[in-house]
Amino acid sequence: MEIRELLAALLMLTAMPFFLAGTLGLLRFPDVFCRLHALTKADNLGLGLIVLGLMVQADSWQAAARLLLIWLLVLLAGATVAHLIARQALRTGQNPWRLS
Amino acid sequence: MTLLSALFDLLLLATLLWLAWRLLASADLFKAVVLFIAFSLLLALAWVRLNAPDVALAEAAIGAGITGALLMVALGRLSPEDACPHRLHPTLGQRLSAPLLISLAVPAAVAILLSSLLTLPETAAGLAPLVTSHLAQSEVAHPVTAVLLNFRGYDTLLEVAVLVLAVLGIWCLGEAQVLTLPGSVSPVLLGMTRVLLPVLVLTGGYLLWLGGHAPGGAFQAGALLAAGAVLWLFAGQMLSSRWSDLPLRLLLLLGFQVFLATAAVPVLQGNLLLAYPPGWAKTMILLVETLLAGSIAAVLAAAVIGGRPACAPQSFPPAGQADEEKQQ
Repeated sequence: MEIRELLAALLMLTAMPFFLAGTLGLLRFPDVFCRLHALTKADNLGLGLIVLGLMVQADSWQAAARLLLIWLLVLLAGATVAHLIARQALRTGQNPWRLS
Repeated sequence: MTLLSALFDLLLLATLLWLAWRLLASADLFKAVVLFIAFSLLLALAWVRLNAPDVALAEAAIGAGITGALLMVALGRLSPEDACPHRLHPTLGQRLSAPLLISLAVPAAVAILLSSLLTLPETAAGLAPLVTSHLAQSEVAHPVTAVLLNFRGYDTLLEVAVLVLAVLGIWCLGEAQVLTLPGSVSPVLLGMTRVLLPVLVLTGGYLLWLGGHAPGGAFQAGALLAAGAVLWLFAGQMLSSRWSDLPLRLLLLLGFQVFLATAAVPVLQGNLLLAYPPGWAKTMILLVETLLAGSIAAVLAAAVIGGRPACAPQSFPPAGQADEEKQQ
């Protein structure tokens, strides 16, 4: 029991830097495309690690499977929405930022 | 641990107040809508903290999801000058009225709340023991469902009537516009819709069934199904004219009408309003909830689309005319 909680805490703490980096990138990156790129860190790895931490603590394998399903759905929705935003940005004529 | 959760609650409360202030003060309507969605999600979290998972589910699905989509669609229809109104120069009276009203209304509200707070008993059990002691009578295992569809069924009945009236109002205002042209839909969105639609229908059915013994029910299930319908429309699909006329109207009304019938029949038999026949309550509640979920889904999707279904588009140019033009 103790090891499970320790492992869960470790996984969730590992997730924190990804959320921090994602938020920082969202606030500070120069254009839409870079900001979308920053968001994927929080969505994919950050949330994945948190879900993994919660799965370790789950009472039954059904609860763990539901948590995994939530992560997969967020991945699917996040990737699609990022694609749609980038597509719309390209269509309205925004050029990707370049170091110049 | 209590200190930590108190800190979390205070932070949540402060964020909610700050978000509410920002979304009301924002001149940019798009920003206001995004803030509103964030506000609704955090409000759902607040309901979870208050041990009200039913309300939290409804708030997340209807408040954040469906209302957010509705506001976005409405925003997309506004013309650019409506969307960012230029600020008028207020007169002196307008300038003074807001501070005056706030300085009068806020102390008055605080005084009334404080005086009524003093009259409250220190600990109140509320109605929970009453519901728990009669739960067996309602034939459902979840107290919230028992209250919503049995003990206080007329509240839910009137809510559904309000929803149907809302659609009536929306349909009076105008015809629905096409959300997305079929040609311009991203294949990625189409693919996601194909994966998500079965999952949404399955989850809707699961939430509906769960309502019998755990948080869930017709409104949450209806919101999920409505989300599926809206997603389907955004992916460039359209309801064919065969389904959008009478079948759609029947679907919109069916839940309310069956609910009304189950409420009215006992009255005709000299019983009380909404008195389910003993032994049949579970079946009746399940029937009403299932039909309600379908109707609520249709109502919410219709509200997001914002208009009655357009008349069947004539093939343009009409077939006969096109033939004539070819001959010329």
